[in-house]
Amino acid sequence: MSTRAFTLTDAMRQQAIGVESEPVYLDIEKGHVARFAEAIGDDNPAYTDGTAWAGGIVAPPTFLRAIREVRPVVPFEVPFTRLLDGGSDWEYFEPVRVGDTISAIGRIENMVERTGSIGQMLISTVKITYRNQSGNAVATQTSTSIRY
Amino acid sequence: MAEQVYFEDVAEGMELPAEVREPTTRQLVQYAGASGDFYEIHYDKDFAQSTGLSGVIIHGALKNAMLGSFVTRWAGPEGILRRLTCQYRGMDYPDEAITAKGLVSRVYQEGEQNLVDCTIWLENPEGQQTTPGTATVALPSRND
Repeated sequence: MSTRAFTLTDAMRQQAIGVESEPVYLDIEKGHVARFAEAIGDDNPAYTDGTAWAGGIVAPPTFLRAIREVRPVVPFEVPFTRLLDGGSDWEYFEPVRVGDTISAIGRIENMVERTGSIGQMLISTVKITYRNQSGNAVATQTSTSIRY
Repeated sequence: MAEQVYFEDVAEGMELPAEVREPTTRQLVQYAGASGDFYEIHYDKDFAQSTGLSGVIIHGALKNAMLGSFVTRWAGPEGILRRLTCQYRGMDYPDEAITAKGLVSRVYQEGEQNLVDCTIWLENPEGQQTTPGTATVALPSRND
């Protein structure tokens, strides 16, 4: 159990909220979408067959997880090394299609400190906005991560 | 091709047809490769055990994807997923049956859209909800 002293002050919290990551880009490729669909065990033809879906092949709902390292830098030292993914809240606005270039920018929405069965924890909420090459938001993903 | 479910056919309290999956370690490796999540607790048993786990565990993001597949399959080719949420409450392990289940919680119209909210979850062999969530889908109308 952690005995490290860590206090999230209101000033630190306010300093963290609103911090954005650098954009990360991903070109949506046909083979990658097909491999992802196979890996999640989904044989929906929308993910592999352009003729099945008006406008061409689309990506599965959580495909955008393949854009890695969308991480806003926390503006203070966090003494915890272990990380748990608490969950995700996705909102969808437009389909993601093969041929799109998607950008992802993460923004720290909230941070709270708690003590639970695993000891002291820092719970962060980060909202990632995904945009296509036209600048339209295609989806947002709000994730909760627990450092302890 | 999957059958289409229409807005008029859906009522609050209705069950979504359950789906049983049994992800293998091979599938976890496939998912690691396709998603780029190479954290060793999902394919290296020794590493997983060194972190205190009993063995490798299924990626939370793969469980999120399984719930997405479950609800989009039900919504059919013309259904549109608007929102998908899930919380990781418990670990799930490969080579165990994981059942996706769901219930329609709300049926409503908003603007031009026919919306259906569902409560969805993954259940382990002991019947515990390891991954509860929600989904909102827009469904076509028989009158369109």
